[in-house]
Amino acid sequence: MLPGLIVTDMIVIKTFEIKNKLGLHARVAAKLINISTRFKAKIFFERDGKVANGKSLLSILTLACPLGSRLTIRAEGVDAREAVHDLGKLIEDKFGED
Amino acid sequence: MVDDAGKRSFVLKGIGVSPGIVIGKAHLFDPFDARVSFYRLRDKELISEETKRFKAALKESEKQLLEVKNRLRELAGQEPLYIIDVHLLILKDKMFINHTVKYIKDLCINAEWAIKMTIDRYREIFDKVEDEYLKGRISDIRYVGQMITRNLAGGKDVVRDIAGKGIIIAADLSPADTAQMMINKVQGFATDMGGKTSHTAIVARAVEIPAVVGLESITKMVRTNDDIIIDGSAGLVVVNPDPEMIRVYDDKRRHFEIAQENFLKYARLPAVTKDNYRVDIGGNIEFIEEVPTAVSHGAEGIGLYRTEFIYINKGQLPTEEEHFSNYRSIVGVEGLNWATIRTFDLGGDKFYSDPKLAKEMNPQMGLRAIRFCLKEVDMFKVQLRAIARASAFGKTRIMFPMVSGIEEIREAKRIFFEVKDDLVARGIPVGDDIEIGVMIEVPSAVIIADELAKEVDFFSIGTNDLIQYALAIDRINERVTYLYEPLHPAVLRLIKRVIDVGHSAGVRVAMCGEMAGEPAYIMILLGLEIDELSMNPLAIPRVKKIIQESTLKESKALLEKVMTFSSAAVIREFVYNYMRERFPEEFQTNGT
Repeated sequence: MLPGLIVTDMIVIKTFEIKNKLGLHARVAAKLINISTRFKAKIFFERDGKVANGKSLLSILTLACPLGSRLTIRAEGVDAREAVHDLGKLIEDKFGED
Repeated sequence: MVDDAGKRSFVLKGIGVSPGIVIGKAHLFDPFDARVSFYRLRDKELISEETKRFKAALKESEKQLLEVKNRLRELAGQEPLYIIDVHLLILKDKMFINHTVKYIKDLCINAEWAIKMTIDRYREIFDKVEDEYLKGRISDIRYVGQMITRNLAGGKDVVRDIAGKGIIIAADLSPADTAQMMINKVQGFATDMGGKTSHTAIVARAVEIPAVVGLESITKMVRTNDDIIIDGSAGLVVVNPDPEMIRVYDDKRRHFEIAQENFLKYARLPAVTKDNYRVDIGGNIEFIEEVPTAVSHGAEGIGLYRTEFIYINKGQLPTEEEHFSNYRSIVGVEGLNWATIRTFDLGGDKFYSDPKLAKEMNPQMGLRAIRFCLKEVDMFKVQLRAIARASAFGKTRIMFPMVSGIEEIREAKRIFFEVKDDLVARGIPVGDDIEIGVMIEVPSAVIIADELAKEVDFFSIGTNDLIQYALAIDRINERVTYLYEPLHPAVLRLIKRVIDVGHSAGVRVAMCGEMAGEPAYIMILLGLEIDELSMNPLAIPRVKKIIQESTLKESKALLEKVMTFSSAAVIREFVYNYMRERFPEEFQTNGT
């Protein structure tokens, strides 16, 4: 069950399930970065209490998200909503993998 | 600077795994050059300058990586590019940069030192990660760190540095590392670990790079830029050779090249003995780029296409189209009469990227190959569909690896026919003469070969694994490689049984292990009446020459004699003496 969308003062938080077979590996992490760095908002990824800077490839890799893990995206800033939307879409689309 | 007069010259003996001689400069494939110095800044005034120096090195590194990326694109198509993209992102990674700058500021140290600390910090973090693949990414961080450090020292392009002239010295190389080196066109390599049949060795042979492995501690004895000679035929590494030694080896290198050219004369002729026994000769390949070499060296077909590299080095699963375009490049190629495609053999030391897989104590005997395929049916079907589609373009043989029982082959066949029937129903062309076979590499498959024969069109004996499983030897453990013995009487009896059982059931028997390409064993295999030998393409000319100059009759006599011996050592000595006497030219320099 995905928790609902929470919007307060341009902080947007949403949780996604990693659905691509190989999980959050270097190639897909690179795709996330290519999107997250386009936004002004501060972006954080959280998994199991660990927080990663959403604009740092190395930081995201250290979360080690395999298939089936749940990743929470938190964005803070003027374009937070768009950022979460775009990043979420990439995850939902399994990063273009099958 | 350090390398002035009087460097000691010495020779190291290892295991030659890929023939040829190369003379060049050593390049340690290691995080940092030993000559990098770490020091504290004299005073805080220097901090901003040091930070600037670091940032300039970052920029320079980025420029070089972009250049490499463009060169790789020209050279190799799309595949390896994403790894460069990852390196570029590390270079631009805010956390990586900020940590390094913070170390410079807080500790008042030079940039080189700060970079090393940042990398150590990431190593600690990545060490805690369970996932083997992610754990391995520390090597990418180190690679980037090394590049920046080089640029701090005045900037040399690391990759270009190695490209075309470097000899890689490393503790160990993964198959993926080796593939990367093929792209960078390194001249040769030498490693501490490894044995004759490690995948690194196989790749080196395939791409014609001279290599010596199992040197134990070469990484501690050689420094980057040392002059070095690799003799992959004899398994020797000469470090800091004197001018005389260089002359001698230069001569050897020329002879080797001339000999190679001579062999090619025999290569395109069929492998027929003087008394008219013909053996089909296949080439083993793992990259489609090897097809031209296979053809020019005399392969009549592809006897083993290893499909693992379609998966490795990518970070995501290949699509059906990616599979198909690979298979299409080897099926129905001019000059090749058939293509035997082995379905994926992931697992063991070749597999790295599925986090779902639990770490296995003994991956070689773990969930790999057909076992894995039958669990991941959807993934399996993607590959099978692509093979079936490619079969419309030429003679295709499909081969299932690591079959240990009858259910596995029945199930694999059921899935294959389901996929094939589905394609046919959708009007997609599929070859009507596809043959199905099993790789015989598990001892149990030898024992039930009569049962397996009822299910298949052909057998292909994978000697590397068969020997390892039959003799209980871990083939990458260099401490037991001395026990790896293809001429062990148990191995010969296993092979004989497979061929005899196959023939009495009308099943074609091929051999695609390393053993099939070893000149000294060829008459034994002839005596067993093998139908096809498939090997590293470079080995084909010599093997064909031996077959063309032998007779089936004498091969059978040799085999009969050898089968009466009980000891592997006795068989080995007898066979080598026989072959040396029979083919004095072939066996003079290439000692056992």
